[in-house]
Amino acid sequence: MKIEVLGTGCKNCNALEAAARQALQQLGMDVPIDKVTDYGEIVAYGVMSTPALAIDGEIKTTGRVPSVREITDLLEGATV
Amino acid sequence: MSIFLPEPGTRRSSVNLWGLVVAAGFAWVVGYLLNGQFWDLVVYDVVGLDPDTRLGEAVHFFVYDTTKILLLLGGIIFIVTVLRSFVTIERTRALLGGRSEGLGNVAAAGLGVVTPFCSCSAVPAFIGFVAAGVPLGITLSFLIASPMVNEVAVILILGMFGWKVAVLYVVFGLLVAIVAGYVLGRLRLERWVEPFVFETKLRGDVIEPSTEMPWEDRIAFGWQEVKSVVGKIWPYLLVGIALGAAIHGWVPDELFAQWAGSGNPLAVPIAVLVGIPLYSSAAGVVPLVQALADKGVALGTVLAFMMAVVALSLPEMILLRRVLKPKLLATFVAVVGTGILAVGYLFNVVI
Repeated sequence: MKIEVLGTGCKNCNALEAAARQALQQLGMDVPIDKVTDYGEIVAYGVMSTPALAIDGEIKTTGRVPSVREITDLLEGATV
Repeated sequence: MSIFLPEPGTRRSSVNLWGLVVAAGFAWVVGYLLNGQFWDLVVYDVVGLDPDTRLGEAVHFFVYDTTKILLLLGGIIFIVTVLRSFVTIERTRALLGGRSEGLGNVAAAGLGVVTPFCSCSAVPAFIGFVAAGVPLGITLSFLIASPMVNEVAVILILGMFGWKVAVLYVVFGLLVAIVAGYVLGRLRLERWVEPFVFETKLRGDVIEPSTEMPWEDRIAFGWQEVKSVVGKIWPYLLVGIALGAAIHGWVPDELFAQWAGSGNPLAVPIAVLVGIPLYSSAAGVVPLVQALADKGVALGTVLAFMMAVVALSLPEMILLRRVLKPKLLATFVAVVGTGILAVGYLFNVVI
């Protein structure tokens, strides 16, 4: 499974990374989080508002920091 | 179409949620209306300060204003966030793609106000807009309107200067965004945009986040935003209000009237020039600026200063440098700055 956080390091982007880490910890999943900070890459994904979360190359949320609960739901959905 | 029946448990919690929202709204109105009297009681009767002394006046101003602004901020951020959960920047982009200039600038400015937009998204948003065929001038109208006519600034102006000034601020803010964007578009400055912007290809379609959200989520989101914004700006707010209170209480009236009143034509350009490099949350600037206005600085000068601080923020300029070549960035600042200057003069003459 691949987890990516798209964003350029503003407060929200860091918050998303932190929330994602927490979610992974809660589920006991040991998956590294890749940070995508290059604008070209971010837009190539089709993302216009950061921060964004991608699981296995698929964008799941954009423009906001989802709750840890929402991320765990998404992660569980992706492992099914 | 499937019929979805909420389970008894969720229906009850849904009713509880709305009950909570209504109760909170009620408490808000009561708190807002009784704010002044409450603090009159506490500061003058309970603590015993004399309203005629500077200390008394300053302290009262401080607590009264802090409460009023926190209430306004909380209330409006909540409402605006919930309303905004129905709008996405992706949809705005779709609406603006291929529009002609003129009306397009108007639409962009209007959408800039209502579309949720974080400055850190300025670059991806810019690239995304350009890639969708939104003309440069229209994109810039959006980028000018968004930070300037932002709800925190408008709320604070509403609270401190009254609704008439707030309306004027919004109207003129939009006008600056529309005209500046139009002018910049007409100047055909595409050659001053960083080339990579035009070369960025989208792998597939733009992700359109769903705006389908149950009300519980929208309300939770609204509350989260209130906590987040207030959490970010409260130090600036307190400092700004404290400075305002100090000026209110200790600076003699009309001190500034001589050199910053409406009689001095240089005041507006100076205010704008000082405002451009400053970066501050609207929260810090508005309370301070209101005290200055009280002491005789002309309203137009004050508003021009505020607009310059909020609309042309250094962090955003640094971000935009990634996509705009220095010449375009400079032109951008110059055109918007001039627009703000014009607004300042106009205000001073009209008000």
